[in-house]
Amino acid sequence: MIDRLLNITFGMSLLLIAAVLFSVRRAHIRVEYSVSWLIAGFVMLVLSRSSVALDTLAGILGIQYAPVALLLIILSLFLIVFYRFSIIISDLKDANIALTQKLAILEYRIQNINEEIQKETDS
Amino acid sequence: MIKATGPDPLMILIPAFNEEGAIESVVREVLDVLPNIPILVVDDCSTDGTRDHALQAGADVLSLPYHLGLGGGVQAGYRLAFELGFSYVIRIDGDGQHDPRDIPAIFEKLKSSGCQMVIGSRFLNAGGQHTSFWRKLGILFFRAVLRPILDREVHDPTSGFVGVNKEAIAVFAKSFPLEYPEIEALVVLQRRRFRFEEVPSQMRKRQAGRSSITPSKSVHYIIHVLLGVFVNILKYGERRTKLKND
Repeated sequence: MIDRLLNITFGMSLLLIAAVLFSVRRAHIRVEYSVSWLIAGFVMLVLSRSSVALDTLAGILGIQYAPVALLLIILSLFLIVFYRFSIIISDLKDANIALTQKLAILEYRIQNINEEIQKETDS
Repeated sequence: MIKATGPDPLMILIPAFNEEGAIESVVREVLDVLPNIPILVVDDCSTDGTRDHALQAGADVLSLPYHLGLGGGVQAGYRLAFELGFSYVIRIDGDGQHDPRDIPAIFEKLKSSGCQMVIGSRFLNAGGQHTSFWRKLGILFFRAVLRPILDREVHDPTSGFVGVNKEAIAVFAKSFPLEYPEIEALVVLQRRRFRFEEVPSQMRKRQAGRSSITPSKSVHYIIHVLLGVFVNILKYGERRTKLKND
């Protein structure tokens, strides 16, 4: 039962690492945003293959049943990654709004300058 | 292009999203009350003829390349007003609910009181005409929430009929709440120790279109605004503590 869970986690971590590397190669994910996922995948990989590391961590966390510790750590890793991406998305949204407003103001000013030039040319 | 001229340059700001049915008459009504006043319609990427109708009526139009929502649109207007050097901006809605004949009273109050914001209130000396029961209930709720925060009564905290002076324009040009901005904006100003006043204003029926706050969005509205108010209190509370320590 435990072995099966660890094997599934091992397989998922390999899939995650492969998917992230593939996406980076195809430029679907920028390198700087792939680091969090790769770290999460690597930690999952190590913990699913090293019973010593998993037992030590479970002991530190005070959890007697090691697979529960593994699930807790994976959940924590993903929460950290999601939190980090929420910050990044919020920054991007702020930048987008500022750029949109700035672009609209510049277009407005350019349009008015063009109209003034046109008037001067006509007169 | 609109220009800031005279000793107290005033700009009328009208945020609009798909308001082709009302925007033309709103602009014309404003011009009837205040001829030659610079009017800026911020077209929040409308899919109808809002832009053309506003231009035909005699307004300048700032067209956003994609939809930002009410707060983003209003802030774009404040940014332009700040860049062009306007001393006062009065914002009215593009759906025709606000009566432009109330603009002079807001403007006079802004100039005479020296406060940073003047709100056109539908509940001051009036019962909030053309306001739905649920909206009135929401307003009562937010009045109760804001009372201890602002340390005073505000009769119409959700009013979009608002005038601001240069100091508030400078603040809002840099930072303005994005969604449902009216209540949060009040808290932002209060935290900066700015003052606001209210003047009575008439609320009319919408000339066209529908309110952006549907019944299904009401719960989201309440949670969002409460969270925004809470965050602003935390943000400015922290800043004040830092200033005191420095």
